[in-house]
This record gives sequence, C-alpha cells and structure tokens, in this order.
Amino acid sequence: MSGPILEVKHLSKKFGDNTVLRDIDFSVYPGDVTCIIGASGSGKSTLLRCINLLETPTSGEVLFHGTDITGRNFNVPAYRAKVGMVFQSFNLFNNMTVLQNCMVGMRKVLKIDKETAMQKALSYLDKVGMSPFINAKPRQISGGQKQRVAIARALAMEPEVLLFDEPTSALDPQMVGEVLSVMRDLAKEGLTMLIVTHEMAFARDVSSRVVFMHNGVIFEEGTPEQIFGNPQKQETKDFLARFRQG
Amino acid sequence: MGSLPADFGGRILFILQKYGPSLLNGALTTLIIAVVGTFIGCIIGFIVGIIQTIPVEKNDSIIKKAVLWVVRLILNIYVEVFRGTPMMVQAVFIYYGSLTVFGINMSMWFAAFFIVSINTGAYMAETVRGGILSIDIGQTEGAKAIGMNHYQTMTSVILPQALRNIMPQIGNNLIINIKDTCVLSTIGTVELFFASKSVAGTYYTFFETYTVTMAMYLIMTIFFAWLLRVMEKRMDGPKSYDLATKDTLAHTSGMIRFPGRKWGERK
Repeated sequence: MSGPILEVKHLSKKFGDNTVLRDIDFSVYPGDVTCIIGASGSGKSTLLRCINLLETPTSGEVLFHGTDITGRNFNVPAYRAKVGMVFQSFNLFNNMTVLQNCMVGMRKVLKIDKETAMQKALSYLDKVGMSPFINAKPRQISGGQKQRVAIARALAMEPEVLLFDEPTSALDPQMVGEVLSVMRDLAKEGLTMLIVTHEMAFARDVSSRVVFMHNGVIFEEGTPEQIFGNPQKQETKDFLARFRQG
Repeated sequence: MGSLPADFGGRILFILQKYGPSLLNGALTTLIIAVVGTFIGCIIGFIVGIIQTIPVEKNDSIIKKAVLWVVRLILNIYVEVFRGTPMMVQAVFIYYGSLTVFGINMSMWFAAFFIVSINTGAYMAETVRGGILSIDIGQTEGAKAIGMNHYQTMTSVILPQALRNIMPQIGNNLIINIKDTCVLSTIGTVELFFASKSVAGTYYTFFETYTVTMAMYLIMTIFFAWLLRVMEKRMDGPKSYDLATKDTLAHTSGMIRFPGRKWGERK
C-alpha cells in the first residue's frame, strides 16, 4: 500500500483580514491527476502556492509523505525540488537559453554532472517537442513554446508530483492546444499532477478527480463523471452552466 | 626654453610637443584611477546591494534578524554619508585626516583608489538594490520552484539579469569617475587636471592647454561609453538562434548538431 504523497489538513490562508482559503482538506495519491476548477478568486492558485510554500499557510498543515512542510527545520528547497511547479506566466529564466533553463536545476540543486544533465534535458525537451530550440532565449519563442519548456524544466527535476497553476491562461487557443496535448501525454504516463485550470474539457477528459472550489472552500469533489455529469451542489451547477452556454 | 608661437594652432602644437607626454601621463593616471575605482566600487555596491535585499521571513531566528538589522544600519550610514558629501571634501578629510589623527601616511595611489571606490560603492549600492528589485518576482519564484536556495537564485538567476539591467548605470559611474578624479588634485594626485594646471601655468597658455585637456577627457569618456555599449550587446547574446537537428544532411543548411555525446553523435 502506498500512502498519499501530499495531505492537506485544515489549511487556511488569510491576506490581512481577507480569508482566501478556509479549512481545506484533501490528499494527492501517486498517479492521481487532480484538476481544481472554480471561478477566479476562489482560492485555487493560492492553494497551489501554499502547497509549494510560495505562500505561507496561516493555519493547518500540509504533509509531504507524513512530514509537515511548514515545520521549522523542514528543508524547503529540497521539498520544492520534488514538487515541481508550472506557472501561468512561465517564469523561464530570461538570462539562459532553453537548454540552460532545463539544466540549471539538475546542475545546481541535484548536483548532476553536466553530460547527464544535458542528456536528460534534451530528452525532456524532445518530449515536449522543443528540442530543436535549445539555443533560443525565452524572449525569442512564443508563449506556448515557453510553457512547454517550462514543463520540460519541471520534468527534468523528476518530481514526485507536478503542480500546474493555470498553465494555459496566458495563451491563445492554438497554443493552449499544444500545451494541453503535452499534459495529456504526461497524464497517460502516470505522472502525478495537481492542475488548476479553466479548461473544462481537459479537466473532464484527463483527470482522475475533480475538485470544485468556491469562495475559498472545497465545495464539491469527485470523479469527472460526477462533477461534470451530475453535480450535486447548486454553485457547481451554476459555475459549469457558464461553460455550457458558449 | 623654446619661444612660444604667436598663433593658436601653433601654440597647441607646441604644447603637444613639449608637454604631450606629461599630459598623457596625467590622462593615464586618471584612467587607471577611474577604471580601478569603478570596478572596486561595483564590487562594494554589489555586496551592499545584496545584503540590503536579503529577505527576512517571519520564522527566521532572532539572531539572524538582529545581525542583519545592525549590518544594514551601518551600510545605510555608509551610503548616506558618502552620497551626501562632496568627493573633494572626502578626499581632503580622509587623506589629511588619516595622516594627522591616525598617523597613517597613505600613498597617493592608495588614497585615490580608496576614495573613488568607496564613493562609487555608495552610489552603486542603491543602483544594485534597484537592479535586483527590478527583476520580476516570477524569476525568483521559478528558481524557488525547482528547489534553488536564496544564494543559488541570486547567483544563477537574479544577479546576471540585474547586472545586465544596471550596465548603463555602471557606464554612467565610470564616465563620472573619469571626470571627477580631477578633484583628487587637491590631495596632490598628478592626474590629467593636475598635469594641465602645471602646463598651463608655465606659459600662461590656459586656453590652449585646456583645449587639449578637454579633448583628452572627451576621447576617454566617448571611448568608454562605446566600450560599455559593446559589452551590453555581448551580454544580450545573438539576436537569432539556430535550430538543432539529428538530420546530418540538414547541417549544411545552417541547422546545428545537438550537443553532448548521445544526442550529438551521427546517425
């Protein structure tokens, strides 16, 4: 039996007096593809950022293989190396080429030798279809290409779970397609993913579990069939109805 | 002593022939002090700027917070004092002060390097701080997300970009230093202005001598302005990139081989 990789327990986050997350509880098991959906401002991104400690939770805990990541002596950089993150705004390093972007984490954090790091970087870039562009700088490639490089950079660290924070929200429809197809492939290969997204069709097709967030709480969760086919709560129905109209 | 020609052009030629070497020596001194001073000043500026931007988090130990507070206080005083007083006064204050109060007889070179460096450092500290703060927070988050610590994030991601962004300001400082080393003539540094004064005073050829001096300053500043532009371009890297391919036949059309052993081999 393999336990959960991540367990979120009673997590709350306040910015000043503004409560963004309240009493969030959920777990991520190996192989899970969890999509978090919900309106903008419902706390989806904040939840992801709390899990990666880019935001410090106000209360509650996040357990990584049973260890609380907010503990005083917890090695945060080592944890982040095992829990990858892909951002809405890509956040590729502007001073490095595509290849260097994918190698720097392996070289500096994992201390992998140059040759091995290069082979790995190339194979992950190949996987996302970006290997010809190794010498390009981030400013020279398109948004969809940047995001695919960002995914390769995260994969190169060989994380146990990969967090996606609205990876396609800054892209035009054609680029959305190329990024989502990469993510579909990763899901098929069994990579554990936690995805905040507004792409409902993608969430329906790819995820093993869908979490609907509303006003900082988890309102409803279940299989894609349950959430998209037979939602129980009125808020979920209202939220999904907006996508059906178009 | 040769006799002085009557026309302006003749007098300039006369000065160049007779005093050219001494003026060139002065210019060389100016250049060395300005370049070395700016370089050391940049290092000081980077150290101070980096310390000023170390993030303090809630659950950091009280010792770290206290040490950082004290160090930052001292650095703030340093920056304010040296930005807020004229370099000429600092030069006199430090050079003669160290002699009378501490009995330290600084060599001319040491005093010159010291004063210019510490002055530039004070300005650069704020420039570097600004340069670091100007880098998008996403760069830091991207680095943190792959497990880099603060030191790795700074050295691999933030500082290279900050350095590129503050290059124009470094150029500014270098040019200002080339000009402002002339204040060191008050402590007897024989730089270009000091040399010019001596030459001009010998024959009372102020206009002619300072025409030459102006030209020399201008040549130095324009040269370094150009050099820094070239350095900026080099830091930006090539404007275009070549695609990599395993198809060796395509290599003739400008596509490149993959690097490394496995991917780079012929197929």
